[in-house]
Amino acid sequence: MTATTIAPARRPALSEGLRRKRRQERLRNLAFLSPWLIGVSVFFLYPLVSTVYFSFMKYDGFTAPTWVGLKNWTYVFTDYPFFWPALRNTLWLVIVMVTLRVLFGLGIGLLITKVKTGAGFFRTAFYLPYLAPPVAATMAFAFLLNPGTGPVNNILGSLGLPQPGWFNDPHWSKPALTLLALWGIGDLMVIFMASLLDVPLEQYEAASLDGAGWWQRFKFVTMPNIQPIVLFAVITGVIQTMQYYTQPLVAGKVASGVIGGSGQQFEPGYPEKSTLTLPQLVYHLGFQRFDTGGACVIALVLFGLAMVFTAFLMRRGSGFLATDD
Amino acid sequence: MPRVHRAVLAAAAIALLGTACTGTSTAPAASDDATKDTTITFWHGWSAPSEVAAIDANVKAFEAKFPNIKVKVVGNINDDKIKQALRAGGPNSPDVVSSFTTDNVGTFCASHVFADLKPFLDKSGVDLDKNFPKPLQDYTQFQGTRCTLPLLNDAYGLYYNKDAFKAAGITSPPKTMSEFDAAAKKLTKAKGDSFSQLGFMPNFHGFESTTTHFAAQWNPTYFTAEGKSNLAADPAFANMLKWQSNLVKELGGFAKLEKYRATFGDEFGAKNPFHTGQVAMAIDGEWRLGMAKEAGVKFTMGVAPFPVPDDQADSYGKGYLSGTIIGIANTSQKQNAAWELVKFMTTDTDAVVSFANAIHNVPSTLDALKSPKLTADENFKTFLEIAQHPKSSTTPASPNGGAYQLTLQDFAYAFEAGKQTDLAAGLARTDAQVDKDIAQAK
Repeated sequence: MTATTIAPARRPALSEGLRRKRRQERLRNLAFLSPWLIGVSVFFLYPLVSTVYFSFMKYDGFTAPTWVGLKNWTYVFTDYPFFWPALRNTLWLVIVMVTLRVLFGLGIGLLITKVKTGAGFFRTAFYLPYLAPPVAATMAFAFLLNPGTGPVNNILGSLGLPQPGWFNDPHWSKPALTLLALWGIGDLMVIFMASLLDVPLEQYEAASLDGAGWWQRFKFVTMPNIQPIVLFAVITGVIQTMQYYTQPLVAGKVASGVIGGSGQQFEPGYPEKSTLTLPQLVYHLGFQRFDTGGACVIALVLFGLAMVFTAFLMRRGSGFLATDD
Repeated sequence: MPRVHRAVLAAAAIALLGTACTGTSTAPAASDDATKDTTITFWHGWSAPSEVAAIDANVKAFEAKFPNIKVKVVGNINDDKIKQALRAGGPNSPDVVSSFTTDNVGTFCASHVFADLKPFLDKSGVDLDKNFPKPLQDYTQFQGTRCTLPLLNDAYGLYYNKDAFKAAGITSPPKTMSEFDAAAKKLTKAKGDSFSQLGFMPNFHGFESTTTHFAAQWNPTYFTAEGKSNLAADPAFANMLKWQSNLVKELGGFAKLEKYRATFGDEFGAKNPFHTGQVAMAIDGEWRLGMAKEAGVKFTMGVAPFPVPDDQADSYGKGYLSGTIIGIANTSQKQNAAWELVKFMTTDTDAVVSFANAIHNVPSTLDALKSPKLTADENFKTFLEIAQHPKSSTTPASPNGGAYQLTLQDFAYAFEAGKQTDLAAGLARTDAQVDKDIAQAK
C-alpha cells in the first residue's frame, strides 16, 4: 500500500485589488475599535498584567524590583494577620449588605410607585442621602451611633431597649455599616422604580382577572419583568462592596478616637479588625508599608473574587436575562 | 494574529513592564552649588495657624541668612503623602521633608528614599554628640545610616488636675506605679453606671495611653542585637501589661471604661477629656500645655514625670521621647542647598529656640535646651528635664516602620479586654508575628 498525499485545496488567489480592499477594511475596523482598544489596554490589561508581575516581586517603589517567587503570596495567606479577618468581613458584607440593599431598594421602589400623593417628596427624601459625601455621611453616623453620647442610644435607653456599641463593638460594627448603606439606598431605588414602572399594566390586569393576589402578581408578573435589573443590582452591588473602603475606614478611625502619631499606631479595622476590608489592606501594605508585592496579591484576590461572584451570578441568573423575542 | 506580531507585542509589553512602571529613585550626586541662586521645596506637617506662622518665621530667618536660597513651603503633609511624592519624584516633589513621627525613619533610611546625611555632616563639621541628646540621635538613624536629624523633640509626662488632687487630699504627684494606682482610684468618682470623674484612662485606645508610651517607664528592649523581636524575653513588656490590666480592673473594668471613653471629645480639640475634667490625670506630650491654655481649662494644671515601676524608683524622671524629624529627598537635585536649610533648622541655636518657643515643643539640641532665650515655665521645665533624663527612651526604628508597634498594640488590645489571657504565650506569638513582618520587609 502506498501512502497518498492529498494536497490541500488551494484557495483561489485573491486579486490585488480585493486584498487591498480587505486590508483597508481591517484597518478601518481597527481604527473604529482603537479608542476602546487603547482604553482597555492602558486602563485594564496593562495594570492587570503589572499587578500579576509585581505580586512575584519585592518592590518598595524606590528601588528596582527583585524576583521573590511565591514569597508575597505565602506571606499574605499564612503570615499577614489582617488578611483572613478582612476576607471574612468582605464576604459578610457581600452576602448580607448586598442582599439587604437589593431587598430594601426594591421594597422602597415598590412603595413609592404605589404612593398616590407626595411621591415626588418621598423620591427626593430617599434619594438625597445617596448624594451625601461618604466621609461626611459616615462621620454623621458615627456621631448618631456614638454609644456614649449619640442620640440613637439615648432614645433606645429611654425606651428601655438595649443600647448597642455600634461602631465601637465588633459584633455591631458591620450591622452599623449596613445601616449606613441602607440609608444611602437612593441609587437602587431609582433603578428599581424605573423598571417597576416599565412593567406592562395589562399583565397585572390579566393576573387580577385570573384571581391572582398581590404576592402572586409580584411573583409571576413583577419579578419576571424586573429580573434583569435585580441581577444588575446584585452584580454591581457585589463589585462595589469588594471595593468598600471609605466608610469602614472613616467609621473605624472616628470610633477609635486614635489620630495616630509617634508611638501611637492606628489600628486598622477598629474595633478588633471587624471593619477591615480587603481594599484597606491594599492601601495598608502598598502605601504604608511599601510592600507593593503583598498589595498586588490582595488586589488579585479581590479581582478573582469579583470574577467568581460575577460568573456565578451570571450563570445562576442566566434565565433572568432570557427574553422571549 | 500572525506569530511575529504576537511576539513583537509580547516583547513590547515585557519591556514596558520592566521599565515604565518600576520607578526607581536613583540618588543624584550632591553637585549643586549652594552659593548660587536657587529655590528649594520644603514639606512639613504643621497646619494650625500659629504653627504655620512659626515655621514661616523660621524659614524667613533662613532666607535672610542665605539670600540666594528661596524656600517654597508646603504644609499639612503627612507620611503617606511624603511616601507617594518621593516615590513619584518629578519637579514638584520636595527637596527637604519633615515628618511628625519617628516611626518611619527605618523605612526612609533602609530604602534610601532620604539621602544619607553623613557626607553633609562631615563636610560641615557637625559633631552629633555635641549637638543632640543620645535618644534623639538614635531615633533619627537606622542601622548606622543617618538619613534624618531631629527637628524639635516631644517628651511625654503626667498631667494632673491640681484642684482634683486637692479635693481628694493628694498632696503631690505620684512617683511610683503603686502610688499612681492609688491616686487614680482615689480621684475616680462614680455616677450611675459610669463616672463623673475618672482618675486616669488606662485603656489602650485612651489617646496617648499607648503600649509604647507606658512601656518606656520599664526601660524596654524591643529587639535583640540580631534584630529579632524581644517582647517575650524582656520582662518589661509583661510587667507593663500586667500593671495596665490590673489598673483597668481596679477602675471598673474594660467595658465600663470603654463606654466612658466613647463620651470623650477629640484628642486635639478643646473637648479633650483632661481639659473638660472627665479625667483627672493623663499621659501626654508637652504640646498639651499650649492646647490646654488655648482651651481655657478652668482648673490649675500640674505636670510631672510619668511614674515608674516600684522597683525602679531611682529612675523617676524619665519618659517616652519622640519628635519631628527632617531629611533630604534622595531624588533632590539641590541637595547642597537643601542641606543648608536642614543644618540651619536643626543646629542653629536661635532658630531651634525660637521655633520651640513658638510651638511649645522641647528643643532638640543641647545648646538650645540651655539657652536663656528659651521660654519655660515650671510645667514646661519638667518636660525639658524628661528630655534630658539619661533613662528616657524611644521606640526603635524598624525596616517596616511602626508595624511592630501595631502588632504589640494588637495583642495588648486583646489582653486588656480579657480575650487573651496567656500573657507569655501571647507575647511569644507577637514576637513571631513581628519577625515575620520584618522578614517580609527585607
